[in-house]
Amino acid sequence: MPNVIQYIIRRLILVVVLMWIVSMVTFAIFFLIPSATGTSPAVLFAGKAPTPDTVKSVEIKFGLKDSIPVQYAHFVEGIFVGRHFDNGADKSYCPPPCLGFSFVNNQPVWNEITSDLPVTLSLAAGASIMWLVSGTAIGVLSALKRRSFFDRAAMGLALAGVSLPIYFTGLVLLDLISYNWQILPNVHYVGFTDNPLSWARNMLLPWISLTFLYAALYARLTRAGMLETMSEDYIRTARAKGLSESRVITRHALRAALTPIVTIFGLDLGQLLGGAILTEYTFGLIGIGHLSIDAISRQDLPVIMGVTLFAAFFIVFANLVVDVLYAFVDPRVRYS
Amino acid sequence: MTDIHERPALSPTAFLDVRDLRIHFATDDGLVRAVDGLSFSVERGKSLAIVGESGSGKSVTSLGILGLYNKRNARVSGQIFLDGQELVDASPDAVRALRGQKMSMIFQDPLSSLHPYYTIGWQIEEAYRVHNNVSKAEARTRAIELLRRVGIPQPDKRVDDYPHQFSGGMRQRAMIAMSLSCNPELLIADEPTTALDVTVQAQILDLMQDLQQEYNSAIILITHDLGVVAELADDVVVMYAGRAMEYGTVSDIFYSPEHPYTWGLLASVTRLDRERSERLQPIPGNPPSLINVPPGCPFHRRCRYEALNGGKQRVERPALEESGPGHYVACHLPVEERRRIFRDEVATLL
Repeated sequence: MPNVIQYIIRRLILVVVLMWIVSMVTFAIFFLIPSATGTSPAVLFAGKAPTPDTVKSVEIKFGLKDSIPVQYAHFVEGIFVGRHFDNGADKSYCPPPCLGFSFVNNQPVWNEITSDLPVTLSLAAGASIMWLVSGTAIGVLSALKRRSFFDRAAMGLALAGVSLPIYFTGLVLLDLISYNWQILPNVHYVGFTDNPLSWARNMLLPWISLTFLYAALYARLTRAGMLETMSEDYIRTARAKGLSESRVITRHALRAALTPIVTIFGLDLGQLLGGAILTEYTFGLIGIGHLSIDAISRQDLPVIMGVTLFAAFFIVFANLVVDVLYAFVDPRVRYS
Repeated sequence: MTDIHERPALSPTAFLDVRDLRIHFATDDGLVRAVDGLSFSVERGKSLAIVGESGSGKSVTSLGILGLYNKRNARVSGQIFLDGQELVDASPDAVRALRGQKMSMIFQDPLSSLHPYYTIGWQIEEAYRVHNNVSKAEARTRAIELLRRVGIPQPDKRVDDYPHQFSGGMRQRAMIAMSLSCNPELLIADEPTTALDVTVQAQILDLMQDLQQEYNSAIILITHDLGVVAELADDVVVMYAGRAMEYGTVSDIFYSPEHPYTWGLLASVTRLDRERSERLQPIPGNPPSLINVPPGCPFHRRCRYEALNGGKQRVERPALEESGPGHYVACHLPVEERRRIFRDEVATLL
């Protein structure tokens, strides 16, 4: 399938270009925010009431006196090969991928991100599987049993799902399930490798909350897609062949109706991997979302940049995966 | 209304025998009488054309024979005998078993009627394997053989193509190959050439004729194209508002038509042998809504000879009556009068 390979290469080039643009825009934040607040990044790093000497040494250490293009070049260099920050006695090395040092914790931004990443990954992975399965299943059943009691109830619930914010459903779930009935523990993150069962028990409530939100949307989309597909001419053809209704639905209708869901799923998942701020705060989880809000409130510029780049990477990457998947799922994409 | 006049040309041996078929749909706006008392029959090796304007019930009839109507809102009555087996009251599973095997259908728009995500071969194999207990490899061989039979070049390669990689004419050939996969004895073609350009149309019609001779199958051809009818059909049903207005052999319909609606259809056909100065004669007005079919003759509001009936046409539905051997007409005009009008006024225009 040389067409597919060509297609993937084209997409990969686009990803590189996109990431390059994102990195430049992100890097601009580094200079725009301090100039808007009237302080130098060095002052932000140097701590409370710094002496001019401290500020100067910080500027030298991080190369802040260089021209902006040179600083950008160093920044990009750091991502690929790592960086040495050198100020005489004060030497530090930031291994690749180096996104700079956190102002607040004085450690590489990459370490901050990777230490919070498992929480975000756990949240996204579990919730996305749950909402994808439940949302599409409910959508398909609703479409097949159109106007039935099930359909109306499911769509009513879906309306509630998309309307209610996560800090409402999340808190209600927490209050009922972990405080009142004490079925599940009060949420705190346990590493998957430490204790998988405890990990799942703790993540269950956040997953359910996110599932309620996303599955609602997916159920509605799937239902609409199924209804549209079931009225297509090729479904009539499938029936005219004498296929059983179950085969018509699974092999012919679902195949077409679920294709657009792939796109939306990829994008939603990509976005979620960049941090689920409200969910993390509601359940007191320290993930990428929490990290980014923390960094913003403390004006920790390197962390803000790092998280932004990181989240952007997931979204661009998710787009790539979706495009490639689409080429496999929809033959018409492959050859155009 | 199931009197004898409603059932013309019923030979007890007919391969397909449709008697007083009614297909009504309950909708929010009212009851749609899409097919309202239709009878016809087709023999093996013969072709019947059903002609009429859009919305006259042609396609609903064909889908009705295959049992492809929405069981939730369709009300079907009458009888359909396929090789002696009644289909209207048969179980859905029994009809499904016949569908694609003993009777199959070629649809109008082959691009939208083929599944965009599966290869042509896969779709033909599926049609074959539903009704035949064969291996994948056997089904594939069959698919290639069928594609070769309908004139697809390099069928062993093209079998793995997707519908969008085929041209319009090739897609229709593939569609025909699919419908032939189980050697059906009844083939229903719903506007098989409408979506194709003229040269391809002729090829497809030739192909259908060849295949009919080869397999001795009965063909029902749904079309509004009288050129196609002349080419392929043995018998013709002229449908209007869900009913047969005229039913006869192709020469009855083309050379001695007796119904004003048939005259209208014939007069609105382009002909190369006609003087250029003569304009096409469209039938004035539109077909009636199938929800509120006017009482009496459904065509009377558009009929040029309405005044000759003395008001009868507004209250009484004309029965389909034999006017010659195997030639049936549903019109209040007296037979002599119809023939005179055709001879003196209409024939010169055609």
